[in-house]
Amino acid sequence: MDVLQLLISGIANGCIYGLLALGFVLIYKASEAVNFAQGDMLMLGAFLGITFINTGYADLPFLMGLVCAAVVLGVFGYLLERFVLRGIFGQPQFAMVILTIALGFLIRFFAGTVWGHNPMSLETPFTGQVLRFGGLIIPMVDAVIIGATVLLTTVLYFFFARTRLGVAMQASSQNQMAAYYMGIPVKRVNAIVWALAGVVAAIAGVLFAAKGAVEPSVGLLFGIKAFAAAVIGGLGSLPGALVGGLLVGIVEPFAGRYLPSGFGQVAPYVLMLAVLILRPGGLFAQVSQKKV
Amino acid sequence: MRVQFKSSYDHDINLFQDNRHRIQYGILILLAIAAPFVLPEYFVGELTQIAIWSLAGLGLMLLVGHTGQVSLGHAAFMAIGAFANMALMERGWPFIPALIASAVITGVAGAVLARPLLRMTGIYLAIATLALSVIIEDIAIIAEPVTGGVSGVIAPMIELFGYEIDRYGTPTAFYYLCLGVLLLVTLMYANLLRSPSGRAFLAVRDSEVSARALGVNVANTKTLAFTLSCAITGLAGALYAHMAQVVNYESFLILISITLLLQVVIGGLGSMHGAFLGAIVVVLLPQVIATLRDLVNAHTPIALGDYPGMDMAAFALIILVMVIYEPRGLYGVWLKVRTWFQLFPLYRKGMFRRSRTYLKTERMR
Repeated sequence: MDVLQLLISGIANGCIYGLLALGFVLIYKASEAVNFAQGDMLMLGAFLGITFINTGYADLPFLMGLVCAAVVLGVFGYLLERFVLRGIFGQPQFAMVILTIALGFLIRFFAGTVWGHNPMSLETPFTGQVLRFGGLIIPMVDAVIIGATVLLTTVLYFFFARTRLGVAMQASSQNQMAAYYMGIPVKRVNAIVWALAGVVAAIAGVLFAAKGAVEPSVGLLFGIKAFAAAVIGGLGSLPGALVGGLLVGIVEPFAGRYLPSGFGQVAPYVLMLAVLILRPGGLFAQVSQKKV
Repeated sequence: MRVQFKSSYDHDINLFQDNRHRIQYGILILLAIAAPFVLPEYFVGELTQIAIWSLAGLGLMLLVGHTGQVSLGHAAFMAIGAFANMALMERGWPFIPALIASAVITGVAGAVLARPLLRMTGIYLAIATLALSVIIEDIAIIAEPVTGGVSGVIAPMIELFGYEIDRYGTPTAFYYLCLGVLLLVTLMYANLLRSPSGRAFLAVRDSEVSARALGVNVANTKTLAFTLSCAITGLAGALYAHMAQVVNYESFLILISITLLLQVVIGGLGSMHGAFLGAIVVVLLPQVIATLRDLVNAHTPIALGDYPGMDMAAFALIILVMVIYEPRGLYGVWLKVRTWFQLFPLYRKGMFRRSRTYLKTERMR
């Protein structure tokens, strides 16, 4: 029973990691860039959620607030690509890493200036409620998180597999020049991807804020853990991101419980390093040998 | 416009191009030596910091700038160097053997990690080293006998040729110590780049496939670069520990790894000068911001002190502008300015235009 309880809280945590990892994967899948600011975008989404939903601020209903936060962060993502990131279009991948790291710092400074450095948490209609199955107690928040994650992953999966835009994104990630020749507006597609990543970050952020407190510096470490998740799954795979997130989420509480103190926090990274060394492309690897 | 007349092949790889070049660097070194006599004591501390961060930057530059392997975890190797040095000195080793040993230990640690790590490329390598940097914090707590656990270790006094060197008691002596180490490493670095190994590093950076075709053992070359890079960073870590006086798990947070990478980028990847320029920016920027803050506070009603984290934000903003407009960093700016003067009326706008590379995935179906 104890194990099951740990497992469920691990899965719920893992879902948030998975959602954040989805954001990484989205951008990677579409432009083969890695967004090191994704964790900070999650933090921004969480604060936007708090601003829209909490009493004392905008006081909107939960779903309404979630949509508002998603729209704002989506627009933010679009504008970011349009006015900042497009400046390095055609530069090596490394430039994007540096640029997004710097952006992360700026977002953190912005959030610290606007919302302060004290931890805040979100008021939701389901705070404190629990579901009971026999002896098992599942907090309502965890159930909502798991449900939302499954839904979002499914939607995104079909978006990439079935819609024109999704296929266009995949095409531009494989060969920008060829995609451009085929009539895909590569730059606009990139901007839309960033908007999408913003939306996903907002949803993950609101769910994160529903579960615990947020402060501006939360994004960095959380982002790195989500990275570990995305990498474990293989950076180019949506289901992989979710699986990686779940693995990280589950390993963490178990390692904290059964290993000597200090080793618990290290476990996700050790797992990631092990996966990277044994399968350098991640569990759902899409990388194959480069031919010249 | 000066014309170099080359009379032998050696001319291309000589450490100094001509006497003028030699004199320029001689003057620079003399200035660095004379600085403590001219500047107030406070700035000696700043100069020491610049020297230490330059050293760390050189270590990272070797890996990122000259071998093309991105590491976001070099604070981990600073930590290894620092803790190794402290632990050895506590056990009665004199300073210089302990310093050399700490470089060797860090180098060995780097070499052990390099093989598995360097199977990865690009972004995966960056993330793996980032994880390394996170892990080291916890390892520093777990490995209590060596690292002193949560409370950390206090740096012992350095005794050198009968002198007692201390960061606070004798800041000038400590500055000369750091400067000496920095000069030695710089000289070794410059010579390394002229050697076949150094050329191999550059070849691996520019194209692994063509390097392999030219007979370079890519895996060994990368491992060597990683090892040397870690050893230099370990030296910087050891000196940093003596400067900070107390080191614990919090001294080498992941933020330091990131700052170090940003420092190298801001200075200019692929040039030794970049490591120095970047260090100057990283160390002096907070001072400049503080001065500006006082100015703004004095003349306007805006109280900038209410916004903590300002220096980090300014740093990030500089990086942002730099990456978009001048990816070759401060050294790239200097290069442009110098070329403008050298070619005076003939400089054209497109001389340093970058070629664009459009993405072609390495993931294949």
